[in-house]
Amino acid sequence: MPDLLIELFSEEIPARMQTRAADDLRKLVTDGLVEAGLTYAGAAAFSTPRRLTLSVEGLTGESKAVREERKGPKVGAPDQAIDGFLRGAGVAREDLEVRDDKKGQVYFAVIEKPGRMAADIIAEVLEKAIRNFPWPKSMRWGEGTLKWVRPLHSILCILSDEAGAVVVPLEVDGMTSGNTTRGHRFLAPDAFSVVSTDDYEAKLKRANVVLRADERAEAIWNEATTQAFALGLEVVEDKGLLAEVAGLVEWPVVLLGQIDEAFLGLPPEVLQTSMKEHQKFFSVRNPKTNRIERFVTVANMETADNGATILAGNQKVLFARLADAKFFWENDLRVAKAGMQPWLDSLANVTFHNKLGSQKDRIERIAALAREIAPSVGADPDLAEQAAKVAKADLSSEMVYEFPELQGLMGRYYAAEASLDAQVAAACEEHYSPLGPSDAVPTAPVSVAVALADKIDTLTGFWAIDEKPTGSKDPFALRRAALGVTRLVLENDLRIVLFDRSFMAFAKHVGRIAGDDDFAELGEAFEVLARKLPEDLVEQFARDADKVVRSARGLDQPPTEEREDIKFGLSSAKDLLSFFHDRLKVFLKDKGIRQDIIDACIAMPGNDDLTLLVKRAEALAATLATDDGENLIQGFKRANNILTQAEEKDGVEYSYGADIKYAEDDAEKALFAALDAADAKIAPAMAAEDFSTAMTAMAALRKPIDAFFTDVQVNADSALLRRNRLNLLSRIRNICLSVADLTKIEG
Amino acid sequence: MADKPRSFQEIILRLQTYWAAKGCAILQPYDMEVGAGTFHPATTLRALGSKPWAAAYVQPSRRPTDGRYGENPNRLQHYYQYQVLIKPSPPDMQDLYLGSLKAIGVDASMHDIRFVEDDWESPTLGAWGLGWEVWCDGMEVSQFTYFQQVGGHDCKPVSGELTYGLERLAIYILGVDHVMDMPFNDPDAPIALTYGDVFRQTEQEYSRWNFDIADTDVLLQHFVDAEAECKRILDAPADDPKTGRKIIMAHPAYDQCIKASHVFNLLDARGVISVTERQAYIGRVRTLAKACADAFVQTEAGGAAA
Repeated sequence: MPDLLIELFSEEIPARMQTRAADDLRKLVTDGLVEAGLTYAGAAAFSTPRRLTLSVEGLTGESKAVREERKGPKVGAPDQAIDGFLRGAGVAREDLEVRDDKKGQVYFAVIEKPGRMAADIIAEVLEKAIRNFPWPKSMRWGEGTLKWVRPLHSILCILSDEAGAVVVPLEVDGMTSGNTTRGHRFLAPDAFSVVSTDDYEAKLKRANVVLRADERAEAIWNEATTQAFALGLEVVEDKGLLAEVAGLVEWPVVLLGQIDEAFLGLPPEVLQTSMKEHQKFFSVRNPKTNRIERFVTVANMETADNGATILAGNQKVLFARLADAKFFWENDLRVAKAGMQPWLDSLANVTFHNKLGSQKDRIERIAALAREIAPSVGADPDLAEQAAKVAKADLSSEMVYEFPELQGLMGRYYAAEASLDAQVAAACEEHYSPLGPSDAVPTAPVSVAVALADKIDTLTGFWAIDEKPTGSKDPFALRRAALGVTRLVLENDLRIVLFDRSFMAFAKHVGRIAGDDDFAELGEAFEVLARKLPEDLVEQFARDADKVVRSARGLDQPPTEEREDIKFGLSSAKDLLSFFHDRLKVFLKDKGIRQDIIDACIAMPGNDDLTLLVKRAEALAATLATDDGENLIQGFKRANNILTQAEEKDGVEYSYGADIKYAEDDAEKALFAALDAADAKIAPAMAAEDFSTAMTAMAALRKPIDAFFTDVQVNADSALLRRNRLNLLSRIRNICLSVADLTKIEG
Repeated sequence: MADKPRSFQEIILRLQTYWAAKGCAILQPYDMEVGAGTFHPATTLRALGSKPWAAAYVQPSRRPTDGRYGENPNRLQHYYQYQVLIKPSPPDMQDLYLGSLKAIGVDASMHDIRFVEDDWESPTLGAWGLGWEVWCDGMEVSQFTYFQQVGGHDCKPVSGELTYGLERLAIYILGVDHVMDMPFNDPDAPIALTYGDVFRQTEQEYSRWNFDIADTDVLLQHFVDAEAECKRILDAPADDPKTGRKIIMAHPAYDQCIKASHVFNLLDARGVISVTERQAYIGRVRTLAKACADAFVQTEAGGAAA
């Protein structure tokens, strides 16, 4: 069984693309080989800055011949049918065989596909892989038309076994395959030939190329930590950087360098960011002082002076970089210490979105909202407002202009320099969080208030101008913002009624966009009303809103027409709420709560209180996990079906109280008693939002309901008994639906 | 030429000699304010169309936001780029480039020379290409780009472009710590001049002007004027009534595009352009650049049939 070795040798491949590309090469080639009828024992792919390599072991030498028989039309069938069969089978008429079948003579086609040599298949598969390679970005060069990530220089493709190695001949855009490659660009630039994967890897190592990326990464990390340890220091771990650096070198040489004393006073994050982003240096920390005192750089070169020139050069570059960072830092400190006003003023000139005003406008909205939210998250309203007002000031700072990834963090430093309250400073950094599903959620009340206000303003703003996410497009990261709100609320156990908040914010956006100040005021009036409004009355509310508000404001003339803007605000708030619910579903699904359970809880009033909603969903999930709970659903569904059918048939709603005096059967009487007992427990428990007690009480109904259905016939001959029993079923339905909309539960 | 150059100008002279020997036409700087050597029509326009091209030149470049009053060791608002453009890009472009480093005294066996991914994109020129920043011991010394598109047109064939940041490179090669300390001419000359002797004062003057004094209203008007003139030039009929020839004025129009681009950079340094406006301004310059590219490809130099 021969082994296959492929190497695609090119100019430098971007580090971030190498691992994926090696994987893609493996998949494209091995899938192609298998599809063509070859099998193999194992395959592994490797990458360096200048090469993608694939090694396939134990490949079959040729594909098997395939013989296939196909039954065709009867002899004497119309020519059309026969021609169609010939086309499908790819054979000529004279090649058809005639065989006896149960119903007479039938044509048979025998299709013989001869086996093919592995080399032929490889050549075909590899050429296709090269031409269709899924690089994230590819390019042309010179006068050619082939696309590759950077110019491709040579293709090594050999099949080897005990007898030796042969080149698999192939040509792509004038480039022919061979059995040679090259080593390190400077240390071993000459071409050499290889006869097998092992030979290849060994010769590469002699030519100063470490083929395996993980081997390079490990060598870098070991050497870096060893050198740091010798000085009593530690390397700041950064897996992303390590992987990137391992993709920048074929022959890693680790050098530990010094940071000039003048820069050790810069915030450690600034040092770290500047060194990482610009220079791909690792930071080296002194564990005693927690300061970043040195750096590690990884060269791709061994030199006669053991890297002294290289290190000196790197130190000089770093000096210039950090001189720049220090220039920004000192300029920024002057502004910060004086209270940051120039930054705040300049945010008026920064457009957030042309329909949503400047950053300054936005900050004012967030500050107002943060102030309103503050009491419900336990924050001081003054501090929350102040924090919101300065939280984005650092966007105008020089440091953040240079390193956008330091936004927030610099805000914290600068707020502290401006002698603002520590809670305000913390909010400057934390209000952007959480940025993703795994990012930590802030818990400090002021930070939470500003974080919520920021995200709600963003969401309602883009909803108001109808820039909602569609499909995979979410340019303003609104899904992330909604998930952020969801996590802030849930993980802080907050009781925030999102509908009011969003509607309020909407009213202000829409009012501002429409240039209608009155509308912003209307919004505030609605806030009070909307809080008391169950969701199914929203439409009704839209109709009555104008009237209600007019009377609230002392205008007694009757409404002339519905206000379109009110309707828009309400429907947008509703739409945004369902967007929150979608995020919540994803979030809870990850926590193992079923979709139908979430739907059953979303259908209940108060669904814009996410904490309440989740408590309900968790209690329901726990109940359904019990035997009683699961069976109760069946009982509920049975009751509901019988009742619904009867109501449809009779055209009435059976909701009038069932009376125990018409109960005949013991099971029936027992159900009455059980329902009374459940009622007594469920109603107060629900009022106290104690869902788990309520649901346990509900689940206790399972046995009496089951017994009832076993012993009692609902559709009794006596109309009186039937009505009474249907009304009894209605009590089951009401009790169950008061806990969650169990009709949504599957199964 | 293995010995090291001793002055800034010697590095330039050696690059000129090297690329001349490799067959490039050694052009002179473009006589307008530009942000980078790429803006020279010998690069931007000549990268378009099918005609082969090989040129190298020094281009003084201005980036007003980079002004540091002459204090930063290597940031300047006025600096020099060395630019090479070869179309089609030769297969040994990387080796040619490394040869040029050798010519200016960078011995590859003593340094760490690396090609680090850098997707080049010029939103103002409607251009992009793939390539690298070339690092020497952690210092970016050149940009290396295979042009894929310029002014919205696919580059066929592809040009290979090299841009050397001359001051940074020279600081490194000459072993000085601060750009202003670098010998400009021969340090043993009767009148030896440093880079600081030539440029320290101008860096201070321009930094102040760029950041605080430039009249933004006047600049805004310059932008509008350049934009209008560019469009007017391109709108003129191709047939010149005076000579009876077809004369498409791609280059004069492109001058106005360059002017608009530089005025935009000045406005940016003055901090009067907001983030959204920024995009709008860049878009306006790009529209000009594209229109100029459209015009150029209809000319003889742009590969249109004569």
